[in-house]
Amino acid sequence: MIVGDSQWLGAASEAGHYVDLTQFFNDNKVGEIMAPATVKYYAEYPGNSGKYWAIPAEGDAVGWSYRKDWFEDPTEMANFKAKYGYDLAPPKTWKELRDIAEFFHRPDQNRYGIAIYTDNSYDAMAMGFENALFSFGGDLGNMETYEVEGYINSDKAVAALEAYRELYGFTPPGWAKTFFVEDNQAITEGLAAMSMNYFAFFPALLNESTNPHAANTGFFANPAGPSGDRYAALGGQGISIVSYSTKQEESFKFLQWFIKDETQKRWAELGGYTASAKVLESEEFRNATPYNEAFYQTMFIVKDFWAVPEFAELLGQLNNRIYPHIVGGEGTAKETLDALAADWKATFAKYGRGK
Amino acid sequence: MRLSFPRPFPDNQNPEAILANPSLAPDGSAPRSRGLSDLAIRNLFIIPTIIFLIVFNIFPLIYSLGYSFTDFRASTNAPANFVGLDNYRALLSDPFIWKNFTITAKYVIVSVTGQVVVGFGVAMLLNRDIPFKGLLTTLLLLPMMLSMAVVGLFWKLLYDPNFGVINYALGLGNFEWLADPDMALYAIAIADIWMWSPFVMLLSLAGLSAVPKHLYEAAAIDRASGLYTFFRITLPLVAPILMIAVIFRTMEAFKTFDIAYILASQPTTEVISIRLFKMAFQEWQTGMSCALAYIVLIMVLAITNIYVKYLNKVKER
Repeated sequence: MIVGDSQWLGAASEAGHYVDLTQFFNDNKVGEIMAPATVKYYAEYPGNSGKYWAIPAEGDAVGWSYRKDWFEDPTEMANFKAKYGYDLAPPKTWKELRDIAEFFHRPDQNRYGIAIYTDNSYDAMAMGFENALFSFGGDLGNMETYEVEGYINSDKAVAALEAYRELYGFTPPGWAKTFFVEDNQAITEGLAAMSMNYFAFFPALLNESTNPHAANTGFFANPAGPSGDRYAALGGQGISIVSYSTKQEESFKFLQWFIKDETQKRWAELGGYTASAKVLESEEFRNATPYNEAFYQTMFIVKDFWAVPEFAELLGQLNNRIYPHIVGGEGTAKETLDALAADWKATFAKYGRGK
Repeated sequence: MRLSFPRPFPDNQNPEAILANPSLAPDGSAPRSRGLSDLAIRNLFIIPTIIFLIVFNIFPLIYSLGYSFTDFRASTNAPANFVGLDNYRALLSDPFIWKNFTITAKYVIVSVTGQVVVGFGVAMLLNRDIPFKGLLTTLLLLPMMLSMAVVGLFWKLLYDPNFGVINYALGLGNFEWLADPDMALYAIAIADIWMWSPFVMLLSLAGLSAVPKHLYEAAAIDRASGLYTFFRITLPLVAPILMIAVIFRTMEAFKTFDIAYILASQPTTEVISIRLFKMAFQEWQTGMSCALAYIVLIMVLAITNIYVKYLNKVKER
């Protein structure tokens, strides 16, 4: 068996590395057991095809941590309300996220507004940008037809890129190659008011031996965009059966055991990030840790990057286009995304996808 | 005057006979072992080395040449289809690849020039009687003994705008060495210069110590200036060994990966090796990446060839 990233689904299924789990999925009603959004992105390929290759295993997504003590400081609260006209609290919209980042951005005090992903070596910056893109109502493209024109360069996508670039202006100095380590450090070192990161890395923020501000660290799910859309970039992995395995029968038995409610409950109790809808919705789970409520909210609104075999080429093109704009301020958001749309169209054409 | 060296066998003894029969030795004792025979050396060292080179170097080199003419992807089970020169054509007409080559060329020029200037300069300073010269030389050699990954992480901390010692020492405030797209490549080159100048220094020291002292004495008698002595005696005589250092460092700088990958992820710092890595192991374009690897190999060979020709000219002078 293999625990594989969601974006590997296309490459692994088309190449025949994974066993087709569609029959197992339907027989065991896995689609009803797991949170629907996780089924769509951890298991199904091609998009909306009804063919399944994995069972959602280790759920994850990009959420946020914040400094509760800064947010709850009476002086800060009063100053914030005076400046922005509403109460300082964990943001419910991207507009609030931006305002709070701006409010706490005080380089002269070595205090900064926000920590976001900017590393473009692999998928870090893409995941960070997706948090904005999806919540602003934008999308990467049409997962069935592979159309990208009018999706990734839509007005909503352009607004999302502008918003992400604006957030970069409220990050600590030198925030140009940052991923989960740096974003957790932004909290542990008292640098930033808010920090994006995968939920998988939040336990370290509750550990007082690794985070001196553990008692004052809170968490929230990705806020909604201007139109009320609310999504988050997917992390985590599904579990698949390798087609060359001589233990496929035993693997199916394991999966049958793994999807049971009691197994998923125990998996969550032990610190596993379950994708089971029933467990996620339970009060017990939502109150188990300070970040579980945000995790529960997030796992029903996740969306993911392309999962086609050539996803890494698409990812590289995204990095090549948006990084110079976000970090270097090159070109406009519209020019950046138009160029990206052209790159992606050429790549899909090269692999014979879509029209 | 005839120099005399101790002889292993007395003049009246036949060495071959003694080796064949130790009892013939004058004191009856067996002579010291002559070591391994040529046959044993061939079987124990040369043949395994050649086999190792064939299996791990020559065979993959030839095999990857074959793949460079196919659309093979190592992540799939699909067969490799012959596509002729398509991969080479696509790569050589890709503006992003040319951008990567331009970045690499800029990096090689800055880095190697810096290493030669610093390395040779330090060697000149050390090529005189100074206290603790040996210890000083050893300490100066330490950077090149470190792992590239460690050096990368170490310099990342040094460059940090919040707490990095470089900004503190130079009074640069929050200057962003690695986040500035125009500065990042130079920042990486500086780290590389720090790491590899000792290599140039070491070779330069060897060259400098081989310059005959009487030439300097003659120049001093003729009242030659320091600059004249440097450009007419020191540099010409050290040039061949300095060229060897330049060849090695150019080849290495052209292939730079670790330090650039760790320090920054700017499009302005994506040297050709990083692009190659992404193409081969993130995008799994195996055939295409083999073609790119061959293009890089040909370029490195061409540059090296130019250097070697120049080196031969320098030697002939």
